[in-house]
Amino acid sequence: MKVLVTVKRVIDYNVKVRVKSDNTDVDLTNVKMAMNPFCEIAVEEAVRLKESGVASEVVVVSLGPQAAQEQIRTALALGADRGILVQSDETLESLHVAKLLAKVIEQEQPGLVITGKQAIDSDNNQTGQMLAALTGMAQGTFASEVKIEGDKALVTREVDGGLQTVELAMPALVTTDLRLNEPRYASLPNIMKAKKKPMATTTPEELGVTIKAHTEVLRVDTPEERQAGIKVASVDELVEKLKNEAKVI
Amino acid sequence: MATLIIAEHDNSTLKAATLHAVTAAQQVGGDIDVLVAGSACQAAAEEAAKVAGVSKVLVADNAVYANQLAENVAKLIAEVGAGYSHIMATSTPETKNVLPRAAALLDVGQISDILRVDSADTFGRPIYAGNAIATVKALDAIKVITVRSTAFEPAAAEGGSAAVEAVAAAHDAGLSTFVSDEVAQSDRPELTSAKIIVSGGRGMGNGENFAMLDSVADKLGAAVGASRAAVDAGFVPNDMQVGQTGKIVAPDLYVAVGISGAIQHLAGMKDSKVIVAINKDDEAPIFQVADYGLVADLFEAVPELDSKL
Repeated sequence: MKVLVTVKRVIDYNVKVRVKSDNTDVDLTNVKMAMNPFCEIAVEEAVRLKESGVASEVVVVSLGPQAAQEQIRTALALGADRGILVQSDETLESLHVAKLLAKVIEQEQPGLVITGKQAIDSDNNQTGQMLAALTGMAQGTFASEVKIEGDKALVTREVDGGLQTVELAMPALVTTDLRLNEPRYASLPNIMKAKKKPMATTTPEELGVTIKAHTEVLRVDTPEERQAGIKVASVDELVEKLKNEAKVI
Repeated sequence: MATLIIAEHDNSTLKAATLHAVTAAQQVGGDIDVLVAGSACQAAAEEAAKVAGVSKVLVADNAVYANQLAENVAKLIAEVGAGYSHIMATSTPETKNVLPRAAALLDVGQISDILRVDSADTFGRPIYAGNAIATVKALDAIKVITVRSTAFEPAAAEGGSAAVEAVAAAHDAGLSTFVSDEVAQSDRPELTSAKIIVSGGRGMGNGENFAMLDSVADKLGAAVGASRAAVDAGFVPNDMQVGQTGKIVAPDLYVAVGISGAIQHLAGMKDSKVIVAINKDDEAPIFQVADYGLVADLFEAVPELDSKL
């Protein structure tokens, strides 16, 4: 079974973003970029499926600028077999990404698709679900465990108040939650080997997808700064303030 | 212009989460209808009909919707929602699962987790884990939106008298089946919906010491969270992590114990109404956002707090 896994190039999660002074966007010049943390978990899961003999090939796909090749190389160093970059310098919304990925899936015919549950830049949590809709696949979102049993996938999902297990017909789509696994680090020899692994490049035009905007960002602002409060001298004073001043307990 | 709200329920009762979306829909304007999809869900529908501001409740009562599987419910939402200008739901794991699927079936975008309604097509939403707020205009004819519950007061659960109407559509995609539910053992609320959260960081020293927080949390009816440092140190499992790569929370009260306040952690909790910090380092960045700070050794302060609640 072929597994297709998606990765997104995003700002490193350790970086504190700054809003541009003209309020058009956040400033990404000279900012450290990295693979979205939920995508790392997706790659790890795909590689583990390969190591356990369930998956025969792991194909990693990224959409975005030329520089997103770096994140594909990272995934290759972690154990993916080959990469596909859908190159576009436009702002891609979730539905655009889902439509482009649907075309790649049509060509690749994977048995399982793994995406992160959300990207830490746009925080949308949409692409996987939209992709499942467009390809007609079953979806196992926010997965904390994935088991492949023949032509079914058993996916345990993190829901409000606990866990839910669903059985999905294959091919299926899974989006990763934090608990699914602990991603490995790429070793230096594997980083070197990854440079020789194949990477194909395509474009939205080649895939026959026209990008039509569904939303327009009018402006981006810095959130209101929180004002520091007061220091209390004792636990008694703290309890008193919470009861009588803040009225939260 | 009319809004369709996707109700959250367990077939017998309407979940309070739904009420936040009703308030956001009132700010959009126009009629508000509620869709209740479930199995033997008449009781939940009747509760929805009592919510103030609701004009009509549509009930799709069918075994195929029993476990709210996204594959089936998204088709229903896409069919029923096609006649509306807005489809809205409060942002929860359940609606995050189903709504984008419905949006894609309608070939429209979705605006997730709005904090603000500026007009019928323009909304404010957080990006980069709340470190920036984008003002976004929806260009599609049908606007699919999820609402951050902490940004909108709940609508009154009583006072309405909406008509209840049955929807016959039964969509069984035949792609998925429900296997089992494993309800968390704890009586404590889920992190993302808790009104009070008590969180521990690296300062807790080890996993056993989290029992001190459990005891305080039980008295407050609170959930227990943790910083990434506490998770990475192996003190607690990562589903307890609050922060940029963990859970984003905004409870009424957030008590940060032994947490320095790194930006990744603040990103996950700085929208809490009241923040309390207990830390022995009076220079810790957490004190810059805390409403009430107590500079003290947590191993003395927490048991004392516990005894005084």
